[in-house]
Amino acid sequence: MITPQPAPATGPFLGKLSLDALPLHEPILVVTFIAVAIGGIAVLAAITKYRLWGWLWRDWLTTVDHKRIGIMYMILGLIMFLRGFADAIMMRLQQAMAFGGSEGYLPPHHYDQIFTAHGVIMIFFVAMPFITGLMNYIVPLQIGARDVSFPFLNNFSFWMTVSGAALTMISLFVGEYAQTGWLAYPPLSGIAYSPNVGVDYYIWGLQIAGVGTTLSGINLIVTILKLRAPGMGLMKMPVFTWTSLCANILIVASFPILTATLTLLALDRYAGTNFFTNDLGGSPMMYVNLIWIWGHPEVYILVLPLFGVYSEVTSTFSGKKLFGYTSMVYATICITILSYIVWLHHFFTMGSGASVNSFFGITTMVISIPTGAKLFNWLFTMYRGRIRFELPMMWTVAFMLTFVIGGMTGVLLAVPPADFVLHNSLFLIAHFHNVIIGGVLFGLFAAINYWWPKAFGFKLDVFWGKISFWCWVVGFWMAFMPLYILGLMGVTRRMRVFDDPSLQIWFVIAAIGAAVIAVGIAAMLIQFGVSIWRRKELADESGDPWGGRTLEWATSSPPPDYNFAFTPVIHSLDAWHDMKKRGHQRPVADFRDIHMPSNTGTGFILAAFCLVMGFALVWHIWWLVIASFVATIAYAIFHTFNYKRDFDIPAATVAAVEDVRTRHLAAGA
Amino acid sequence: MSAPTITADSITAVADEPVQFYDLDEHAHPEGHSTMLGFWIYLMSDCLIFAILFACFAVLGDSYAAGPAPKDLFELPLVALNTAMLLFSSITYGFAVLQMQQGKVKGTQLWLAVTGLFGLAFLGIELYEFHHLIEIGATPQRSAFLSSFFTLVGTHGLHVTFGTLWLVVLMVQLGKHGLIAANKRRVMCLSMFWHFLDVVWIGVFTIVYLMGVLR
Repeated sequence: MITPQPAPATGPFLGKLSLDALPLHEPILVVTFIAVAIGGIAVLAAITKYRLWGWLWRDWLTTVDHKRIGIMYMILGLIMFLRGFADAIMMRLQQAMAFGGSEGYLPPHHYDQIFTAHGVIMIFFVAMPFITGLMNYIVPLQIGARDVSFPFLNNFSFWMTVSGAALTMISLFVGEYAQTGWLAYPPLSGIAYSPNVGVDYYIWGLQIAGVGTTLSGINLIVTILKLRAPGMGLMKMPVFTWTSLCANILIVASFPILTATLTLLALDRYAGTNFFTNDLGGSPMMYVNLIWIWGHPEVYILVLPLFGVYSEVTSTFSGKKLFGYTSMVYATICITILSYIVWLHHFFTMGSGASVNSFFGITTMVISIPTGAKLFNWLFTMYRGRIRFELPMMWTVAFMLTFVIGGMTGVLLAVPPADFVLHNSLFLIAHFHNVIIGGVLFGLFAAINYWWPKAFGFKLDVFWGKISFWCWVVGFWMAFMPLYILGLMGVTRRMRVFDDPSLQIWFVIAAIGAAVIAVGIAAMLIQFGVSIWRRKELADESGDPWGGRTLEWATSSPPPDYNFAFTPVIHSLDAWHDMKKRGHQRPVADFRDIHMPSNTGTGFILAAFCLVMGFALVWHIWWLVIASFVATIAYAIFHTFNYKRDFDIPAATVAAVEDVRTRHLAAGA
Repeated sequence: MSAPTITADSITAVADEPVQFYDLDEHAHPEGHSTMLGFWIYLMSDCLIFAILFACFAVLGDSYAAGPAPKDLFELPLVALNTAMLLFSSITYGFAVLQMQQGKVKGTQLWLAVTGLFGLAFLGIELYEFHHLIEIGATPQRSAFLSSFFTLVGTHGLHVTFGTLWLVVLMVQLGKHGLIAANKRRVMCLSMFWHFLDVVWIGVFTIVYLMGVLR
């Protein structure tokens, strides 16, 4: 019987924290830290030199404007993406090197942290901020609203996500991260086998961010249900709003499961309970079930909003209304429901027996039907359309070609006997990167290229965008097709060294593919830089650069704080297209005061307390845990005593802003 | 789509009867217009947390690890008293809401106070029970059954604790600002929260205690 190891020596003041926690013996981390520190100091110095602190605090950190919060989410996603990708390229390099007796360059302790951090960061702190940011920015505009239902909560949700990401990043330089894989299965993640702080960083980072995600899910559901412009019935909502609604329903219906499950794991580790232990009646497989009851809906949370993006892009750039709108909505709802009854396909090998495995195998395969329906809808939208191959459309076509392959290997994996062979192999790794990169990332790139002009008032540079596109697409296929082959040959995931030299060539090809993707990422950053530099040439004054069909294109780019001076009235699907077609007259006088929520620093402050609490929990600094907990509760109560939370934008200000737009439109026409 | 027909349509629409594309006489959404819906959805997410804890208890509830079983531990009369405390607190919360609807601040505060006292009694009895169990060696660490028991019942107790804290804050706010719209909304939200905890407790009482001693 394994009994929990005695806790490492702890002091009353710093808990388990000591100078030994700094990874001074790992040169890679030391160099990274120096680079990050220099970069960080440079940014802080620049902000101070140009006196931007006040602007940053008033206009951004404390903002409750859904558009600014959306942009901040995207920036968070981008920063964390660079970290997650650095992990990826380190793994590719290690696996390409570690043959023929070579140990590669990463010791096991470090390598195991890297594959864990890569998965966690890419899902929780890249994909989730990206889609949440996108939904935050676009949904209120698409439904003709002035903001979300709970603007303060929106700000708080964002900072909780940042707080979780920050705690995860701190683990890089103080202590260590989990070495368990991204879902931290017990008993490996239990205190007996992971006695150090890595898993604790994992737990508290995700718990803090999870609060933010759940609250933002509630917020967006209520926003979509309550704040639609007059006339916009549910079946007149843009498809992106529909897929966002379903994704947020999935968030609210699945993230509490993650919260509960990680709490139980934390209790096992901190309080010595026996939920997932090997002895005293605990059941590790209970954890695996619970985490995937969250985990499978999670992948649909990620991809559904992007299905919405593809729908908007295909329709706009084919110059046609979307083919099969109703079937698209029902397909989305079907996927939403089905995503709850497939979780067991992640562990057919658990040994639940033929009947249970058959049930979950069949439900998994059934999901391909609504997904297939969507694909045909996009193809029929393109059929006989006037297709413009602008960047968003290019990403959409690349998605269709890539995602179909990923979908089909998914159906292969859904066959339990085949899964017994392919379980935990690189075939699985290739499959889910195929659908997540091909489905989620390509969609995000389509969305960024599509809505960037809305957010900033100028288009993105096409030349660098195309370089990025081709590097990404080619790099993706080079990096992941070898993994399918290796998986079929039986190579399992998360290996650090290999014996069979005949396998090396495939890992080398995959590493080159990753390098090509790196060029694609660099090209994308250059694209952003060049576009900002050339923003005058790329400017769009119309607010509708692509000939859009939905309401976000009806207002200026970037939209004013209040989005719409007068709330639009909706008569048909594709409301903006309808307005243009029937010669709407934009009101240019008789503006009114507009009621808006006030900015507040509460979200930032509460999230900062939570970050301190998370850090203290990781290191068992109990006095600090109590202090930061009390501070969080006390400050939250203090905030509830503030009853004045909104203000009016005077009609004169609205008129001034709208007059500028009137002049721009006149100049453009 | 066929462009000519639609152009014809639009011409008639514009000519005959101008379509209104903007709400020129709009009024701001009333403050707190969607708080109730939002709070409901939050409660449902909280409900899922309890669902997971119930599921854990269902799976692990008979993993005694050669330790004590429900029959050895639970004293139903005590739990019945505890249940009564919580059910009474729900009734008295209802009285508070009735007073609020009649616009009586003092009455509302009074019944909220009574509710809080019942809540504290509930928590006191629960803490006594937990203390007793730990005294006799039935600790959360002893078996998966006890881990899931303490966690499920304790999570409910933690909710009641926060509900009581909220109750106190709300009484202060009622004293400061009276029955303004924002405060009425808060009373209704806490009401939903309080009754929700009551419903969860019915589940706990039935599944953990009553069905537990039958095992």
